[in-house]
Amino acid sequence: MSEHGPLFVQVSQLARRSVLRTFRRPINVFPSFFFPLMLLAVNVGGLQAASNLRGFPTDSYLDFALAFTFLQGALFATTNAGTDLARDIETGFLNRLALTPMRNAALLLGQLAGVVTLALLQATLYLTVGIVAGVRPESGVLGVFLIVFLGVLVALAFGAIGAFLALRTGSGEAIQALFPLFFVFLFLSSMNLPRNLIEIDWFRTVTTINPVSYLIEGIRSLIITGWDLQALLLGFGLAIGIGSVALTAAGWALRGRLARS
Amino acid sequence: MRDEHGIRAEALAREFKGGIRAVCGIDLEVAPGEIYGFLGPNGAGKSTTVHMLTTLLPPSSGTARVAGFDVTTEGQQVRAAIGAALQEAALDPLLTGREHLRLQTALHGMPRAERKRRSQALLERVGLTEAADRKVQTYSGGMKRRLDLALALAHEPSILFLDEPTTGLDPQSRNALWAEVARLARDEGVTVFLTTQYLEEADVLADRVGIIDHGTIVAEGTPAALKAEIGRPSVEAIPVEPSDLVALARVLERFGVPVPGSPKGVTVRLDGGEDALADVVRALDAEGLHVSHLQLHAPTLDDVFLAKTGRSLEGAGDELEETEPEPVPA
Amino acid sequence: MRSFRHVALAVAWRGIHNAFTNPAILVPSLLFPFFFFTAFAGGLSRVSEVPGFDYPPGYTTFQFAFVFMQSAAFGGIFNGFAIARDFEGGFARRLLLAAPQRTGIIAGYAIVALVRWAATISVVTVVALLVGMEVLGSGVDLFGLVLLGLLVNVAALLWAVGIAMRFRTLQAGPLMQVPVFLLLFLAPVYVPLDLLQGWIHALASVNPATFILEAGRSLLAGDPVEVGIAFAVALGAVLLLSVWALRGLRSAEAAG
Repeated sequence: MSEHGPLFVQVSQLARRSVLRTFRRPINVFPSFFFPLMLLAVNVGGLQAASNLRGFPTDSYLDFALAFTFLQGALFATTNAGTDLARDIETGFLNRLALTPMRNAALLLGQLAGVVTLALLQATLYLTVGIVAGVRPESGVLGVFLIVFLGVLVALAFGAIGAFLALRTGSGEAIQALFPLFFVFLFLSSMNLPRNLIEIDWFRTVTTINPVSYLIEGIRSLIITGWDLQALLLGFGLAIGIGSVALTAAGWALRGRLARS
Repeated sequence: MRDEHGIRAEALAREFKGGIRAVCGIDLEVAPGEIYGFLGPNGAGKSTTVHMLTTLLPPSSGTARVAGFDVTTEGQQVRAAIGAALQEAALDPLLTGREHLRLQTALHGMPRAERKRRSQALLERVGLTEAADRKVQTYSGGMKRRLDLALALAHEPSILFLDEPTTGLDPQSRNALWAEVARLARDEGVTVFLTTQYLEEADVLADRVGIIDHGTIVAEGTPAALKAEIGRPSVEAIPVEPSDLVALARVLERFGVPVPGSPKGVTVRLDGGEDALADVVRALDAEGLHVSHLQLHAPTLDDVFLAKTGRSLEGAGDELEETEPEPVPA
Repeated sequence: MRSFRHVALAVAWRGIHNAFTNPAILVPSLLFPFFFFTAFAGGLSRVSEVPGFDYPPGYTTFQFAFVFMQSAAFGGIFNGFAIARDFEGGFARRLLLAAPQRTGIIAGYAIVALVRWAATISVVTVVALLVGMEVLGSGVDLFGLVLLGLLVNVAALLWAVGIAMRFRTLQAGPLMQVPVFLLLFLAPVYVPLDLLQGWIHALASVNPATFILEAGRSLLAGDPVEVGIAFAVALGAVLLLSVWALRGLRSAEAAG
């Protein structure tokens, strides 16, 4: 028998497990579909009047707000990925995996497969609901695919952050306790109004510094503008950048957590 | 697959943050095909030792070789040769038994056809065929332990580490697990390193026993030899009249040293061995003392522990609860 | 009556002690109002320039009213989590066994909810004033506002108690939270009721939370409007949910 299975086999087996675990707990999956759409409905209903503000980029607040659902979905991805991995640590399942020839990379990639699958379904649902409700992405069919792709990338980046936190803390409770902090990041962004229409200086400064604003704006630009190269470069660049840093950090944390020779 | 090398540790030690020495430089040797029982109270250092020998925790100092490979520098080879069922059952409640085995065998690089065959064979061996396609969260404690064992055996290791495998199991499940462990060693030549806090488990299963306390091995040998070292049995007597307790103690202390026993009676270790029992009875009769209970106890491993440490093994774990931290990497 | 008081005070002491000696319990109930206040008052202040938006004290005060009610409602819900946790951990059974007057248990939890909310809203109010919130209401108006908040807090708690006692598990948390969340957010959160359109206007018009929220805003503005209706709604909710909570208690007793 080979000492290591091929990496592909390890990744696919762990990915399979990750996907199965995700969808065998409907109570964890359902909120990630329901809440973002509920909040979207509420926000659109409550803030449609804001589209009358001078300088608002579109007539439809729904077109403006749809992008935010992807970020919320990604937040659920963070906590799901984090709590799953933390549970593996707490129950000793990670030790069980560590005693096999499993490569560290296989564990991380496999773990994030569940995140990617969920994100793909979320993105498809949000976009479908948006289109049924009247959203018409200015970037066309290609833009629709890019929206889904960027949505999945963002979820992957956030999922990697969740994995890193789980490996550092080893505690599902700690991940849950950090959830409000992530929410703060989302809300202190250009989720509700374009940055140039935010009146309060310090708030506008915070949203300008907050990378989440650019992730939202990247997706939003494909819906309301069409092909805004700067917004797309920033959105994709930050998603890839955050994801790379988070994955590297998670890899480092996993090496420290396993400490096996 | 019979292992040619067994387990060998020299001056193996592990220190945690704050200067806590969980394992204080132990030497041990387990011969191939042997069942070695590692006995000690909670917090004695058993799990930390197992984690070091299974490469999950690097030793602070000392060396260990498992299946002929160094645990520090040849970890991958060690892991390929060992199977481990650790203290936590470490199962995913959302996966079925069969899915667990599929994952385990795949991670060990088995081809697909062999994974299927091996998984089925293991499920049959541990008696989980009917429950194989149910999620583990529906399993009883005994079933989880059986699955745990099956996973540890998935890749046919030559050395098996079992960390308190029967804790929390009912007697029937425990006996079934003992039978399987004994069969593995006897029929397949698997070397078994078993940690336990149950005297009976070590007594029944182990070829040799090492007793650990506060991170140090205080006694080692076959159960029979260890008990023979103590040698002498003890006698316990409970008076009919509680007021005769003092007089009873005075009589019995002529025949040996008092040891802890029932609070209603007196227990002494007989200097003259079993033969002294008749003298005890005659002495009690001569003093006119009536006893409601008179029993001869053969030495146990607890007596061995008591002789070596001054404490009884049962209950020793309570005071040691704080000393062995959860063995996680620093 | 004496044993009711003793039970209530004993339960209240424990809850208050646990909340104020464990930051993990108190901090979330403090953070969320802050966070909504910051995000909405800070990020959406330009919304006050929407044609037809007419609220003299300004957008900060407009949002403070929402945060005031939201913190009252969620303060009650967070205590419901604590009760569910007590059931999961077995402590609730201990309370049920020990308390001669079991309705005192609910009263005790209500006292905890009120005290915790008082602490939370005090801090939030101070911060809001420091960042320039304008309050045009008189002392009487503000007293009315606080009273309304207390009723909302108790009503939310009674809802959560009913759920906690029936399901006796933390997994029922979403059942406690989601309806209250929906009630709050299907009210005029961002703009006044008359600036809402379509389905949300229709829903908000019949949403009981709308009456309470708009009354709260009017009290802060010193121009009380339909406050009587708001109090009637709040009191009605407290009465109805008291029955709900008591029946939940009976259900928990029956379960043993």
